[in-house]
Amino acid sequence: MNAAQFTRRAHLALEDKQLQTALSISRDGFTAQRAAAVARLPEFDSLRDSARDIKAHTLAHLDLYLEAYEKRVTASGGIVHYARSAKDANDIVVSICRRHGAKLAVKGKTMIGEEIGVNAALEANGVDPVETDLGEYILQLRGELPSHITAPAVHLTKEQIAADFRRAHRDLPEGRDLTEASALLAEARAVLRKMFLSADIGITGANFLVAETGTSIIVTNEGNGDLAATLPKVHIVLASIEKLVPTLEDAAQLLRVLTRSATGQEISTYTTFATGPRRPGDPDGPEEYHVVLVDNGRSALLGSEFAEVLRCIRCGACMNHCPVYQSVGGHAYGSVYAGPIGAVLTPALVGIENAVDLPNASSFCGACESVCPVRIPLPKLMRFWREHAFERGLVSVRQRLALNLWGFFAKRPALYRFATRAAVRVLAKIDGEDGRLRKMPASWTASRDFPAPQGETFQAEFARRKSMGRRS
Amino acid sequence: MNTSATPRVGLFVTCLVDLLRPSIGWAAVRLLEDAGCTVEVPPQTCCGQPAYNSGDRNLAKDLARQAIDTFASCDYVVAPSGSCAGMLAKQYPGLFAGDPAFAGKANAFAAKVYELGQFLSDVMKVKAVNARFARRVTYHDACSGLRELGIAKEPRKLLKSVAGIELVEMAGCDRCCGFGGTFAVKYGEISTAIADEKIANLKACGASVLLAGDLGCLMQIAGRLSREGSGIEVRHFAEVLAGMTDEPAICRPKRTPRP
Amino acid sequence: MSARAEILADVRRALGVTGSEASRRRAVADRLEHAPQGTIPARGQLDPAERKALFRAEAERVLASVAEVASNADVAAEVATYLRRRNLPATLRAGADPYLAALPWQGLELAEGSPDGTAALSRAFGAVAESGTLVLVSGKENPTRLNFLPPTHIVVVAAGDIVGDYETIWQRLRGAYGKGAMPRTVNFISGPSRSADIGRTMQLGAHGPRELRIIIVGGK
Repeated sequence: MNAAQFTRRAHLALEDKQLQTALSISRDGFTAQRAAAVARLPEFDSLRDSARDIKAHTLAHLDLYLEAYEKRVTASGGIVHYARSAKDANDIVVSICRRHGAKLAVKGKTMIGEEIGVNAALEANGVDPVETDLGEYILQLRGELPSHITAPAVHLTKEQIAADFRRAHRDLPEGRDLTEASALLAEARAVLRKMFLSADIGITGANFLVAETGTSIIVTNEGNGDLAATLPKVHIVLASIEKLVPTLEDAAQLLRVLTRSATGQEISTYTTFATGPRRPGDPDGPEEYHVVLVDNGRSALLGSEFAEVLRCIRCGACMNHCPVYQSVGGHAYGSVYAGPIGAVLTPALVGIENAVDLPNASSFCGACESVCPVRIPLPKLMRFWREHAFERGLVSVRQRLALNLWGFFAKRPALYRFATRAAVRVLAKIDGEDGRLRKMPASWTASRDFPAPQGETFQAEFARRKSMGRRS
Repeated sequence: MNTSATPRVGLFVTCLVDLLRPSIGWAAVRLLEDAGCTVEVPPQTCCGQPAYNSGDRNLAKDLARQAIDTFASCDYVVAPSGSCAGMLAKQYPGLFAGDPAFAGKANAFAAKVYELGQFLSDVMKVKAVNARFARRVTYHDACSGLRELGIAKEPRKLLKSVAGIELVEMAGCDRCCGFGGTFAVKYGEISTAIADEKIANLKACGASVLLAGDLGCLMQIAGRLSREGSGIEVRHFAEVLAGMTDEPAICRPKRTPRP
Repeated sequence: MSARAEILADVRRALGVTGSEASRRRAVADRLEHAPQGTIPARGQLDPAERKALFRAEAERVLASVAEVASNADVAAEVATYLRRRNLPATLRAGADPYLAALPWQGLELAEGSPDGTAALSRAFGAVAESGTLVLVSGKENPTRLNFLPPTHIVVVAAGDIVGDYETIWQRLRGAYGKGAMPRTVNFISGPSRSADIGRTMQLGAHGPRELRIIIVGGK
């Protein structure tokens, strides 16, 4: 998959009945749940301001918070690794696995892991990475990318998932009833429990890294990431550098907006704060605790007009409220990050020349910005990408010509009034008395009628009436 | 700024209204005059959004400068469109943020721009209109007006003052209709799918007329309804407020009504 | 140059800083030292009895079940009743918490070992009324795995340990572990494990416990 084939995939998505069913189930749920949670908390907007300010402050002092964080991780017995690129990060993870002769790694949900393709790197080196978030596990069985940040398998129906389990779980008795979601969950839990108990390595992401204490924070509802951080003898935290926050107080501010924005929960079922490896006397916990801090383009973004996107806490509210995302689903974006946040991040990761559709395929309705818990001006940032694309000549010749022609007239009011008046008179004649045009050159009329002009431009008529001394 | 009893309002009629549906412009003129304003229509073209949203910032700036100069002598600039008013009021200043010579002008201009319903309600303190429309209507919150300018209560309040009207709310009234300017043409299929969501909610609410404050949205919704042969009418709310509903609804026949 | 040095240099170049500016260093040191509080919801700012009631209501809202007992002497009977009603064996997995060990457990047995498949018992470090959240810390007293592996998790919390907000928990943790230090694992637990990944219908007992039973001791 790649981001360059957006229109084609969007078309397929709109034709895909199963996908449309799945999307329609989720469409209203997310927005209603968030709205209910927001309504319950009068301080929500104040918390959003606070969340925005904390992230902005941290990014402005990121070098110093990275140093402070590393100091605390080291003091608690953990090891911090730095990776400038996806490849560097994967090399670090693979080398830790190698040193332990690891065969099986259980994984909590990690978007940066998806971004850098850590699973492929592990597989290529003889380590079997098993996704343990139920949604991610199902996708792994299917060989698909997540279609949503917090609900990765939102595009699938129960029946599709049952068929996947029958195919992948060899020990599954043929007669087992998998029609109910509860039966599917029990089946996945049993299979994955064995993995948890036998894995050598646990890999998780981090929702936040706390500089004050050297703590990594994960947020789950299933308890999977938490088990991955507790049972295997090595815990590897994969995190991009913008995950830092200064203090536990700051983390609390962000946690309050994260889950409400994501799923409408006051707080997730599990919020786990991990600081270093097993301590003397601990009966459980990893013997080694590693953090791989990944840049992969973040520092470049930090110095650009896109810096605000680094505030993102990956809640998914922008996609839950995006009419385009809700129509075509996440896979159409052809990227790890879908929806409005993907439309801004993906061009930064793969180059605007490979993702020119993503920031363009937005009606700029602004719903994303209006719900973003850290107030990222997503439409503005998408527009910046459009400007980059325009400057670099990445828009079609036809579009550029149309824009130039229109601009030529729009910059010359007198000529514009003359030309539009003539055009409008012609168009008004074409339709007869029907009031609508059913066939026009542009793609508008493929699915919609176009209103026939009433017959005279407003400006011409206004000037006429004014010269006759009459107004309305 | 002239603060006399009869403010001079420059009507930014918007290119869509100018070309396709002047009746919205006339409705705006009547409403503004009834509210005690002097209305002027200086020669104008477009706010520049098509260029701005296509990434052609230079063209957008040229058109912004032109609009700012055009309306220099007006006390207020009023547009029957939240989208265009949003462009003038919220986006122009950003276009000239790095241009100290023009930034002050752009900011001063932005401060006198209003969307029509907002201007009538907030500036002219219009509480009620003298019009009658005995229909069950619903109001679609066009995105820019709602989220850039915070317009939601004003048009509803004015509509409720229309004699005989019944205003019902549809689910998802604040969701996008899928228009989005050039988006509607460049991504026509997605745009239409979004319109269909809106239309499903519209039909479910039982209104026979949909009203909104942006001709772009109205064209999108009316164009789709017309294509499926629906009888639901689509109009700009100004036509209803001004009592100017003789003109056929958008995409409806001119003389002989369809059966 | 190491990857670390390169990333720090890239970040500094992007920010247009050197890293040695006194004002920036002071801003960071101050924030880490004083940990300013942001917006704290009024919801949890209550007197102890109301706080306990809010904790209970919020915990039940996220589908934990809650019992209140008057004193330590009543905990065992409440646990026994719960296990009996659930048809669960009278053996509980637990850590080496001296508080739990000292309770009169007539008829019940606390055993260490893998909680995979049995009920487990823990004692909470505290609880947060704002969201109905239990706070558990790792260690031999209350092993972290007990929080996730058993199908049924029973957690005892003293009414006096229920606080209004997360920020108060941070203060208590700093008091117990020192400024800048943390237990290896702190678990915030709000209700039983769940997933809505299949068809967006919520199912309990994803990877963690299907049942979370909270016993509040005292405060009556």
